[in-house]
Amino acid sequence: MLRINITSVYVDDQAKALAFYTEKLGFVKKTDVPAGAARWLTVVSAADPDGVELLLEPDGHPAARPFKEALVDDGIPFTQFAVEDVHAEVERLKGLGVRFVQEATDLGPVVTAVLDDTCGNLIQIAAMK
Amino acid sequence: MDAEPDLFKALGDATRRIILDELVDRDGQTLFEICGRLTMKHGLTSSRQAISQHLAVLEQAGLVHVRRQGRYKFHHIDTGPLRAIAERWPTD
Repeated sequence: MLRINITSVYVDDQAKALAFYTEKLGFVKKTDVPAGAARWLTVVSAADPDGVELLLEPDGHPAARPFKEALVDDGIPFTQFAVEDVHAEVERLKGLGVRFVQEATDLGPVVTAVLDDTCGNLIQIAAMK
Repeated sequence: MDAEPDLFKALGDATRRIILDELVDRDGQTLFEICGRLTMKHGLTSSRQAISQHLAVLEQAGLVHVRRQGRYKFHHIDTGPLRAIAERWPTD
């Protein structure tokens, strides 16, 4: 039985990404071991420390950055995280200086907002109603 | 000779009218946000490419302006061209 244990986000700088994803978004570092020229670096939600890990993966492959830039150009998030209350989370993150390209938006069954992770990605936060 | 063919063409499509409605609701949206609103709030199944083309038509008519801000691209409504309609066929 296969189990989903990890998902990735491609970042331009692992140290900067770790700072943003822990200090701003509030994730907790789980694994940090050297892996060649980079690190195997994962974070988890404090609410689910044994849950799915987010791998902060270097975007060094030549195809990665043009892809990321094209997504940002159209405002498309690279991935999505769940929150309890999108409006409250937007306020909290703005207080920490996080930049939003889409304010909290009620789309019917779901409320979403989109932020800039400062590592080359837009990230959607969402709460089902 | 019709003075504003682009304007009337732009307004003649239901999806484009909904895009303008959504920009009135909140001005300055990314393409992704516009697509999300059309899909989730209006049940439209237009592809992102189709919505891009609708935005290009609205831009051509001067009803939408694209503002680049660093790596971001936001779409803003401009109702200015609609004055031509009121001037041509005054209401009261």
